[in-house]
Amino acid sequence: MPANEPTALMPPAVPEDRPRAIVSRPSTGDQIFRMILRASGWSVFVIVGLILTFLIVRAAKAFHLMGFGFLTTQNWIIYSPHHFGIAAILPLGILIAAIAMLIAVPTGISIALYISEYSPLALRKPLIAVIDLMAAIPSIIFGIWGLFFLEPRILGFDSWVGRHLGWIPVFNFRLNTSVPSNYATSTFIAGVVVSLMVIPIITSLSRQVFSQAPQGEREGAYALGATRWGMIRTVVLPFGRGGVIGACMLGMGRALGETIAVTLIVSATFKFNYHVLETGGNSIASTIANEFNSFPDAGSIGLSALMAAGLVLFGLTLIVNTLGAIVIGRSRSGQATG
Amino acid sequence: MTALEPTTLPLDDPASDRPLRLRRVTAEDALTLGGSAIGALALDWVLYERVLPFSGVLGFWFCWYLLFLACYAAIGSLQWNRLAVRDRVVAVALTTAGLLAVALVIGQVGYTLVRGSTVVRHTSFFTHSMADTGALSPLSSGGIEHALIGTLEQITMATVLAVPLGIAAAIYLAEVGGRAARPVRTLVDAMTALPDIIAGLFILAFLVLTLGLPKSGFAAALALSVTMLPIVTRASEAVLRLVPGTLREASYALGGSQWRTVLTVVLPTARSGLTTAVVLAVARGIGETAPPLLVAGYAVGVNTNAFKGWQTSLPVYIYYEILSPEPNDHIRAFGGGFALIILVLILFTIARRLGGGAPGELSRRQRRKIARQASARGGRRA
Repeated sequence: MPANEPTALMPPAVPEDRPRAIVSRPSTGDQIFRMILRASGWSVFVIVGLILTFLIVRAAKAFHLMGFGFLTTQNWIIYSPHHFGIAAILPLGILIAAIAMLIAVPTGISIALYISEYSPLALRKPLIAVIDLMAAIPSIIFGIWGLFFLEPRILGFDSWVGRHLGWIPVFNFRLNTSVPSNYATSTFIAGVVVSLMVIPIITSLSRQVFSQAPQGEREGAYALGATRWGMIRTVVLPFGRGGVIGACMLGMGRALGETIAVTLIVSATFKFNYHVLETGGNSIASTIANEFNSFPDAGSIGLSALMAAGLVLFGLTLIVNTLGAIVIGRSRSGQATG
Repeated sequence: MTALEPTTLPLDDPASDRPLRLRRVTAEDALTLGGSAIGALALDWVLYERVLPFSGVLGFWFCWYLLFLACYAAIGSLQWNRLAVRDRVVAVALTTAGLLAVALVIGQVGYTLVRGSTVVRHTSFFTHSMADTGALSPLSSGGIEHALIGTLEQITMATVLAVPLGIAAAIYLAEVGGRAARPVRTLVDAMTALPDIIAGLFILAFLVLTLGLPKSGFAAALALSVTMLPIVTRASEAVLRLVPGTLREASYALGGSQWRTVLTVVLPTARSGLTTAVVLAVARGIGETAPPLLVAGYAVGVNTNAFKGWQTSLPVYIYYEILSPEPNDHIRAFGGGFALIILVLILFTIARRLGGGAPGELSRRQRRKIARQASARGGRRA
């Protein structure tokens, strides 16, 4: 760069200009302030650590008793033969979450796309408020709505699927197809209700990433002759991919841990059954909600077994959620610096 | 730049001045949409009810919707090219998804309110507890006073515990930041979807089993604060990030230290957004069922002391009333649901009223107040 070269006119004795090293020393007040803030921030780690510690301590008895069998037993007999494990309730819970995700992911992303790309500007804010409200509706309300409103109405649909799509293994129906109660309290109905609780999570997070898709590239796509859907497919969706995946994982964490709605809807079973339309289902969270009152004694093996199941659930959701949060964090790292 | 001078353009032609309306609904569009909806309905009726041995209301509408999309694509392909057809079919499908979301929320809220309104008409429902109510008592006896008191006490304590810590953590993420803040943010994000029953189980293991304290409303409040903390932090951080950096720099330029800047510039600027974050977290916390279910016990009478004895909250009340086999208890559960939904809606309205604006944006009332002060000052001067 010729501009920076010292010209012959300048006296050579002048030392070269060097930027002064800027040292900012926070005052004592600031140091204390930052320490308090840092402590509050890291308290999240303390809480997670405490949860892990206490669950492990309390679950030790059950693990000690059942050993590896805790992961392979499909039963929940607490008393004398001591035959309990999560081999049924964990996969059943995962099945509910899987059904919920199958419904919630396409629906949630569609709603997010509608709000961020199609809805009239005047409707956008009210629609976002509606999604926020959906996230704030208590799970017990979802539960009683599913139990009293949805279940009687969905039985016909269930029997329709059972009779005409029964050749697909998951929809296979081995009970009498003409008895409506054989379809009630099934994994499928629980999955539908849980999907409604996951939709707002997926929608609000993916809407945020969709609305950040760069304006210039949108206009570029239009200028190249893309239709609106073409623009969404080539600009908005690729841009939002990371955020959507993260949102789905957080939604999955919610679906795995949903308690009350599942407890109210399914009738508890401790035998794994992948025929989702048949009556009976379970999950770790709803087992805890159903059983915690049967063992009020602090040292009892029953509570310890519940703690062990809770520990597995906590570990699973923590892993899924942390992966989701990392993916989301990457997708918004560009604007997190602002 | 003579080349760019628009002398040749017909500027004085008024017709060219009118802005081009991009998304106009023509009669063709409306007719295509309506025609395929009606056509699909007729076809669905013939196929579903007459030709094929199907039954069920939900299945009927499910098939109607699929037929509708197919009809719309078929009719559309008669008049538009393939790209346009695909664009329009997707637009219709996405719009349905938006309508579905609104319908679901209205349906749930409306269903609970309607079912609950039968028992809410008895005003004693809000002033009586379940202490003197048996399984077969009529609807005029029994109510949710104890549950309302329990909910309000527990949520107040949980808010007092969770909000200062949550906002401090948010300030850490937004104002201090740095490399060390990244794992904190990730874990906070992960904790927002923490299963609510784990929070209850943790307090059960920690407070009740290890420390030996009895189940109480306070234990429920602790569990609720664990679930509310990450929600407060995440929402508050998003708000704090929107505070313009120039305000902070102005404060530093005036010699303000960091803590003075945060307390006197950043937080007041973001006040409305922070309030919204807190209120939304409260709305989430108030509906949590599993944590109080595990650690607060279940009482049928009024217990105003959250530190001693079992205390029922509104969601737990609904849960136990639903588990009861009596139809009257189910109606009471919907009455409790009515009260819970109203509480959530009130909180939600407050949040929307306060928030929505960018940080530093004045609410209508604040603007009016400033205008009043200005006019008063002006009047004095004159």
